[in-house]
Amino acid sequence: MAVKVIIPTPLRVYAGKKDSAEVSAQTVGEALGGLTSQFGELRRHLFSDDGKLRSFVNVYLNDEDIRYMAKEATPVKDGDVVSIVPSIAGGNHPGPVARN
Amino acid sequence: MATKTATLGVSSPATSLSNEEILRYSRHLIMPEVGMEGQLKLKNAKVLLIGTGGLGAPLGLYLAAAGVGKLGLVDFDVVDFTNLQRQVTFGTSDVGKHKSEAARARLSNLNPDIEVLSFETQLTSANALELFKDFDIIVDGTDNFPTRYLVNDACILLGKPNVYGSIFRFEGQATVFGMPGGPCYRCLYPEPPPPGLVPSCAEGGVLGVLPGIVGSIQAMETIKLILGAGDSLAGRLLLFDALGMKFRELKLRKNPDCPMCGENRTIHQLIDYYEFCGVRGEEAPAPDLQVPEMLPRELQARLDRGDDLYILDVREPHEYQICNIKGHLLPLGELPRRVHELDSSREIVAHCRSGKRSAEAVDFLRKAGFRKIHNLKGGILAWSDEVDPSIPKY
Repeated sequence: MAVKVIIPTPLRVYAGKKDSAEVSAQTVGEALGGLTSQFGELRRHLFSDDGKLRSFVNVYLNDEDIRYMAKEATPVKDGDVVSIVPSIAGGNHPGPVARN
Repeated sequence: MATKTATLGVSSPATSLSNEEILRYSRHLIMPEVGMEGQLKLKNAKVLLIGTGGLGAPLGLYLAAAGVGKLGLVDFDVVDFTNLQRQVTFGTSDVGKHKSEAARARLSNLNPDIEVLSFETQLTSANALELFKDFDIIVDGTDNFPTRYLVNDACILLGKPNVYGSIFRFEGQATVFGMPGGPCYRCLYPEPPPPGLVPSCAEGGVLGVLPGIVGSIQAMETIKLILGAGDSLAGRLLLFDALGMKFRELKLRKNPDCPMCGENRTIHQLIDYYEFCGVRGEEAPAPDLQVPEMLPRELQARLDRGDDLYILDVREPHEYQICNIKGHLLPLGELPRRVHELDSSREIVAHCRSGKRSAEAVDFLRKAGFRKIHNLKGGILAWSDEVDPSIPKY
């Protein structure tokens, strides 16, 4: 199945500045695997060392969160769009802490 | 904590508008979707803005213009010259002033009929619940993860809607959390990214108008909530790509196992959000980045003496164009790939803007076997301060 994976702005620097990639996959997991084989540096930003999807990165198949489907085993079909939606906050890193 | 309070004690809801108010809001009143009833709802609404920066600017301006009767502004920061590129509540003459007070003055000028309270304080677990309780709607215009989780949790504990907006470079997100039966921020992102993994505006930059657009969307959602009009973004995550000028929408579901708003809540009080976001561990400098340093004056002295030093500039090409000290440009991200271009027999001084990236470069090169290598302490900013003030700071 030919699917498009949308790469969010914070991760484009690790994907040769591209905003999306075309991959061939049967499941969402395979689509993400296809993406990280094209752009190896993306792997550590998407997956932790034990191979699990990082918790501050959400993945959607079309407009539905994969956590509410079959997660990475969710099947895909031609023309589907996989979106990676990381947590963003803009602004600054938190400064010195005010103790409670 | 509040620096300007109008009245203390309970005030009864407004039931009428003055002739002046009717004239001011005439463009609202002539719309059946608003009318007198809607404008009175706005007048009786109490909205707390967390943050008066990039997102807070259009938020404050549009909510004040719309006649929201009570606006609270929470910010402990001071107006900086670099803020003016996007924080349009402030003018050049406000640089150095406390943001909450400068914003309060601007909004009061825009609309003297409303009550604007400035809270020049950092929002913490110790004060959030007390601060939030006098307001109906909380709008999150903050710039860091710990505060976002704090705002979320306080809103869920108090049962108040949280109008959320966030930005990064040229991308934005918006939604409404905390509606009855609706998701909260933890449903979307159960955990924050570890610090250092997602760059900030200072490091990543931001198109100034982007928070203007996202903040305006937040203002619109706030007004719709007050009026009870239209379809709110609750349950939907709006994604905005400014460069492509595309809006997308993703379904935002309530997580039945959410520790905050799920069926079996496990969080019953505000926690230490800095610890939750792992920030405490980042306060001390990482021990493995103790790299040999050279002060700017030292570098200047050695160059004046005619020493053969190779200046390595690890910034990005667009930074080199802003200013440079004639170093050899090799961006940090390309270093692993291009390390063979460097001659390890030469003495190298690496620099970047502030000394952080170049410290990483020196660390990398030392691990690659380079022995005669130094980090320019403080980067080109320090060079400008201590050696050559004609070099612009950015």
